[in-house]
Amino acid sequence: MSPRGALETGATWLLALLWISPLLYALWAAFHPAEFAVTFDPLAPLTLENFREALARAPFPRYMLNTFILVTMLLAAQFVLCTLAAYAFARYRFKGADIAFALVLVQLMIAPEILIVENYATLAHLGLVDTILGIGLPYMASAFGIFLLRQAFKSTPKELEEAARLEGCGTLGVLWRVYVPLARPTYLAYGLVSVSHHWNNFLWPLVVTNSVETRPLTVGLGVFGAPESGVDWSVVSAATLLSVAPLMLAFLLFQRQFVQSFMRAGIR
Amino acid sequence: MRHVIGWLLLTPAAILLIAFTYWPIGATVADSLFSRGNPIRPSRFIGLENYALMADDPIFWQVLWNNALFALGTIPASITLALLMALMVNRALPGRALARMAFFTPTILPMIAVANIWLFFYTPDIGLIDQIAGLVGLPGHNWLGDPDTVLGAIIVMTVWKEAGFFMIFYLAALQTIPPELWEAARLEGAARWTYFRRILFPLLMPTTLFVLINAILNSFKLVDHLFILTKGGPDNASNLLLYYIFETAFSFFDTTYAATLTVVLLALLAVLSLVQYGVLDKRIHYR
Repeated sequence: MSPRGALETGATWLLALLWISPLLYALWAAFHPAEFAVTFDPLAPLTLENFREALARAPFPRYMLNTFILVTMLLAAQFVLCTLAAYAFARYRFKGADIAFALVLVQLMIAPEILIVENYATLAHLGLVDTILGIGLPYMASAFGIFLLRQAFKSTPKELEEAARLEGCGTLGVLWRVYVPLARPTYLAYGLVSVSHHWNNFLWPLVVTNSVETRPLTVGLGVFGAPESGVDWSVVSAATLLSVAPLMLAFLLFQRQFVQSFMRAGIR
Repeated sequence: MRHVIGWLLLTPAAILLIAFTYWPIGATVADSLFSRGNPIRPSRFIGLENYALMADDPIFWQVLWNNALFALGTIPASITLALLMALMVNRALPGRALARMAFFTPTILPMIAVANIWLFFYTPDIGLIDQIAGLVGLPGHNWLGDPDTVLGAIIVMTVWKEAGFFMIFYLAALQTIPPELWEAARLEGAARWTYFRRILFPLLMPTTLFVLINAILNSFKLVDHLFILTKGGPDNASNLLLYYIFETAFSFFDTTYAATLTVVLLALLAVLSLVQYGVLDKRIHYR
C-alpha cells in the first residue's frame, strides 16, 4: 500500500473509532461499577449490578413488551391497509385517484406527531388515551407504505394478474396470490423501517401514555434517565443499553438489509 | 365498477388519513382563530388575534431563531462529514465493513438513548468532556447550563447521530459513478482535488440536494433530545419550535396558541415540500 493509501486508511480507522466511541463508552460504563465510570482501568472488575439495579428501579421488561406489542400490531395493520390502498392506486384507475394520491403524499411531510395538539384531542374523544392502540392508530395508514407498495405493484407484470383471473381469482385473490408474494422484498424493507422507526419514536407516545402498562421503552427510558430522577450514570447506561439491545442485535444480524431498507426509505 | 372497487380498497386507509392528518390540519387552522377557553369564559372567535400575540411573543421569535441556528449548525457539518465518510469507505481498505458499521450505527439508536449517553459527556466537572479537559488543565464548564454553549452542544450530538444516515445515500450515489472517470481525469493530469471539485461533487449534486432537504425537515421534527438534555433551557436558549408547541399545549394548556404555532410549522413544512418536489425531478437521472 502506498504511504498515501496507508494514511487514508489510518484516518478512516481513526474517524470510525471516534464515531463508535460514545457507544463503546456506554458499554464500558454499564458493565463496570460506578466508581470506574470515568476511570479507564483495564483491570476494573466487570459487573452486571447496574443492569440488576436498572431492572429493580423500573419495569423495563414490561416496557419492552409494550413496545413489542406496539410495533407488531402497527406493522400488521400497516401491511393490510397499505396493501389495499396501494393496490387501488396501482391497478384501478378510479375517479379522483390522482387527487387522492397527492393527498396521501401530504402525510409524508406532515407526520402525525406534528399535529400533536389536535390528534391528542381526537384520541381523547375516542377514549383511546393511554392505550397502546392509541399510540399506533395515527400511523396505521402510512403514506410511505402506500407509496412503496404502489411502486412494487406497478412493476408486477399484468399478464400474471390476467392468468390468475382466468384461473378464477377475484380481486382479493389476485392481490393475495400474485401481488403480495412478488412484493416480498418491499414488505421486508418497509417492515424494517417501520419497526425501527416506531421502536425509537418518542414524542407522540409520551403525549399519549401515562402508565406503566402502556408506556413503550423510549418513554420509560425518558422518565428513567431524566436528570431529576437522580439515578447514577452507570445505571442509566445499563438501562439505555437494555432498551436499544433488541433493535441493535437485529441490526447487527441483518446489517445489509437494514442499510438497504433505510436507503429505499430515504429515496422515495 | 373499477371506480367502486378502487374506492373500496382505499376506504380503510382513507378514514385513518382523514382522522389523523387532514382533519387535524383543518382543525389546527380553525383553532388558531379562537381564544383560549376556560370554565368561566368559553373559547370564542377572535380572528387573527393569536397571530398578533405570536408576533409579539419573544419566545416564539427565539425558538424560530434557534431552529435556524440548529439547522445551520447541523446540516453543513453532517453533510460534509457524510460525504467524507462515504468517500473513505467507498475504496478498498482493511476493516471496511467495520468502519461502515461504526458510521451507521448511531442512526438506528433512538434519540432518547443518544441523549442519555451524551448527557454524561456534558455534565459539568464529573462529565467525560470536563474530565478530559481537566487532564490538560482546562477548567470545567456547564455545557448544557450555559446559554452560549447549549445549542452548540446539542448540534454536535445531532451531527453524530445523523451523519451516518446521510452517508448511505452518498455511498449509493458513488457506486453509480464509473471508475473510468477517475482514470480519464488522471490521464489528463488532474489532481485528486480537482477531480473531486470539478467532476465528483457536481455529479453528486442531486444527492446533496436530496440530503439537504431531508436534513432541513429533520431539523424541524427532531426534538426528543430536549426532553432529556435541557427541557428547552436555560431560559429557552435551546428551545425549538416543535418543543415549544408541546410545552404550550401540554404544560401551559393553551391549545389555541399551540394551534397558532403549529400553523407556522405546517407552513414551513409546506414550503419545504414544494421545494422538494422541485428538486425531485432533478435527481431522476441517477435512479
